[in-house]
Amino acid sequence: MTPLLDAQGIAVGGRLQPSDLLLPPSQMVAVIGPNGAGKTSLLRALAGIERTDGQVRIDDEDIAATAPARRMRFLSFMPATRNLVWPISARDVISLGLPKRDMDRVEQLVDQLELASIADRPVNQLSTGERSRVLLARALAARPRLLLLDEPLSNLDPYWVLRVLELIRGETIANGSAALVSVHDLNQIASFDRALLLDKGKMVADDGPQQMLQSPALSTAFRIERQASGWTIRGAV
Amino acid sequence: MTRSWVLLASALSLAAILSLITPLESLVELRRSDPGLAWLLIQELRLPRTLLGLGYGAVLGLTGAALQATFANPLASPDITGSSSGAALGAVAGAYWLGISGPLALAACGAVGAGLALAALFVIAGRRSETATLLLAGVAIALAAGAGTSLLLALAPSPFAFYDSFEWLMGSFVDRSLPQAAAALIPAALACAILARRSTALDMMALGDDVAASVGFHPRRLATEVVALTAIAVGACVSVCGAIAFVGLIAPFLARSLTRGHPGRALLPAGAIGAILLVSADLLVRLAPAGRAIPVGVITTAIGTPIFIWIVARMRRTVAS
Repeated sequence: MTPLLDAQGIAVGGRLQPSDLLLPPSQMVAVIGPNGAGKTSLLRALAGIERTDGQVRIDDEDIAATAPARRMRFLSFMPATRNLVWPISARDVISLGLPKRDMDRVEQLVDQLELASIADRPVNQLSTGERSRVLLARALAARPRLLLLDEPLSNLDPYWVLRVLELIRGETIANGSAALVSVHDLNQIASFDRALLLDKGKMVADDGPQQMLQSPALSTAFRIERQASGWTIRGAV
Repeated sequence: MTRSWVLLASALSLAAILSLITPLESLVELRRSDPGLAWLLIQELRLPRTLLGLGYGAVLGLTGAALQATFANPLASPDITGSSSGAALGAVAGAYWLGISGPLALAACGAVGAGLALAALFVIAGRRSETATLLLAGVAIALAAGAGTSLLLALAPSPFAFYDSFEWLMGSFVDRSLPQAAAALIPAALACAILARRSTALDMMALGDDVAASVGFHPRRLATEVVALTAIAVGACVSVCGAIAFVGLIAPFLARSLTRGHPGRALLPAGAIGAILLVSADLLVRLAPAGRAIPVGVITTAIGTPIFIWIVARMRRTVAS
């Protein structure tokens, strides 16, 4: 079976050492690692934002040469920043994620992310959490093959963390697409099919979420240990 | 939006017609005594004046909207970024020091000056800078270019340089010829036509450079294009009509209320609104008593300053809330 994503030798000068990554369809993958480990660089390199060596193929097509409207069907990227300057309405921001006008799809997302009461307000006046939901809706809008989401769960309350995980799961299963999601909270990776651990710009482990939580590589990278009582600082008495 | 376009087109036509026939009395009188001369008056004086008012206004509106989208800042505009002052410096250097007199060559000097000013802004403030940094850098560049212009005029080989250029420096469309209008407007129109094709990309940049790049646009290349094309359009117009303030700031602001906040889609409406504003300002100039010429730049500044202050106050409220 051809993988959905086939990335070979992608590297970002000084931040990400050459790495290969294969993703099958319908897989939801968590990207974890301490601050500055290269999580964002990996997502940006796959999204074609960073100039990289190597090659990124989605459904066997080299995405570097793909035109904007077609590219939206292949991948979408949600940045970690929630900074929006212009007074564009939430509905219009979601529309910007679509290659063609499709109000039914926009309304569906407004519904799913419970944005109805704020959908016509300018996004630069929304709270950070509300903006996160609007930006996620934009990223999901075109039903792309590969979702690259940088910290989509930060700034969200517990209800929304669970809802967003459920939504991403729903999208990947319904469309046979794949999601690569960077997360900070290690407790959240249990909801994923697979976890990638990055440390100092290198992919150091790639495993199922439960195995990853037990892995010595994780303890080393984060400098923490799992005890019966929860996570503790490594070597602390 | 269709209704807005009908409204803008009607206002634009009305402004153009009024500009061609105002003041009406002299035209009627002349038509009675010498119809040929009346026609000549329209063709040789009022037509270039109207075309320059419309064209320069459109350039300011459109390039202002493009700069605002590129810098992600509603206060960026040809005047506030210092590019208009840079263009004036370029044109003065060309005219009084390099002995250039051809309008097209002077337009090129203006474009070089505007381009250098914008390049300096990139170096000093960066593209995604805070409003305060952008404004301070723009003010510094505008002041330096203004002082440079004064110095070049003061030391110019021609002792009348200051006197000659006063009316031009203040911004005016009076007594420009058709070839001068062509030298300003043909390069400006070409640059604006290319800029207008970037509106989808500029709308995507409203979601940040990373999102735009992930969709397949090239934010850096786009910013360089916007700067170069703005320099060409603004430089050419300034070399013929002088620097005119505030139109490039206010027209995009008004246009975005028609495009529901989208900065890229606002390019064309901003051009139309800029044209209407500048021709209207030039019509106000003609209300001055005969024999007293008020530069059009004075009118745009007088109207623009309070609006500018209002925009800044509104931004402060938005940030505070």
